[in-house]
Amino acid sequence: MITVNHYLVVSAILFSLGTFGVLTRRNAIVIFMCIELMLNAVNLTFIALSNHLGNMDGQVFVFFVMTVAAAEAAVGLALMISFFRNRESIEVDDISLLKW
Amino acid sequence: MLDSYLPIIVLIGIAVGFAICTTIFSRLIGQKKPTEVKLAPYECGMPPVGSARERMSMKFYIIAMLFIVFDIEAVFLYPWAVMFKKLGLFGFVEMGVFIAILLVGYIYVWKKGALEWE
Amino acid sequence: MQVLFFYLVAFVAVASGLLVVTCKSPVNSALALVNTFFCLAIFYVMLHAPFMAAIQIMVYAGAIMVLILFVIMLLNLGVETMKKTTHTVWGIVAGSLVMMLTFFFIKRGQPANISGPITNEVVESVGHTQLIGKHIFVDFLLPFEITSILLLVAIVGAVILAKKEV
Repeated sequence: MITVNHYLVVSAILFSLGTFGVLTRRNAIVIFMCIELMLNAVNLTFIALSNHLGNMDGQVFVFFVMTVAAAEAAVGLALMISFFRNRESIEVDDISLLKW
Repeated sequence: MLDSYLPIIVLIGIAVGFAICTTIFSRLIGQKKPTEVKLAPYECGMPPVGSARERMSMKFYIIAMLFIVFDIEAVFLYPWAVMFKKLGLFGFVEMGVFIAILLVGYIYVWKKGALEWE
Repeated sequence: MQVLFFYLVAFVAVASGLLVVTCKSPVNSALALVNTFFCLAIFYVMLHAPFMAAIQIMVYAGAIMVLILFVIMLLNLGVETMKKTTHTVWGIVAGSLVMMLTFFFIKRGQPANISGPITNEVVESVGHTQLIGKHIFVDFLLPFEITSILLLVAIVGAVILAKKEV
């Protein structure tokens, strides 16, 4: 029998993988994809708990998270394009103008 | 309820199995006499020109971005359409406001000339 | 049978998640991410949320990944920028800390045993899309309208950033 804990464990593993990727990769697009992975892990948690608790609100939240992810993809990738146009690179180490 | 998805699983299994089997069998049984021409990428019969990894134009990005935004809009339309009779006029106005706000963005993009292909 | 299927899908999801963070080329990472999205869609179906599975594939695998692949091809990154990592040790430490924390919470805390009004039987008889529609358009009216403003801002921002001369 699959309980809600199974889904939570899968979600936790995916979230940690995403964290690891965000912290270690230097290619901005890969970092972006790892953020999407983390968002999806959270979505899985939302839907698993929504199913467990018999409440629809979690699934509506997932709907909004997907909308935010789409808006984020449009603007974030446009940012990367304009950065690439200026610096000919999308490595996050080069984005250091505001670094203290 | 989950039992009704069994045909889909069977279909996926058959599709993947077929792909794997054909790849393996053509690797095992097929004859391999590669020549320069045979290994070249196929470009409608013409000799290939340039590299396949050319940088694409920025115009495509604007189109793809618009596709994403209006894809989200379409996704919101599905549950609305299913509930349309029950929501009545209220739902109609609600969705009208939503689409009107997105229409502003569409007109903005149009006026900016981002849709011109030149 | 179902448990076995769950473990299979979970294994594929985690394995392709691992590929996302370890692959050399961004294109391979993107394709592995699509695989993860499909596995999550299968989970949504198993959790009696078929509409969420459909829009997961439509929005994530169909739209967002297309945009990401587009940008990878648009920028046409060379081989030299393919695989570069920094702070791998700290990444492993932070990642495993996050995992330990979440496992701790999952182990110690028991999800509340409240059963709300939306049981699997209700989903089956009313229909999942109808339930979602009722909740979005009646209970979550304001967030729904704000979403449209968010999308408007995304359109304007992306056009301004991506266009050369505005």
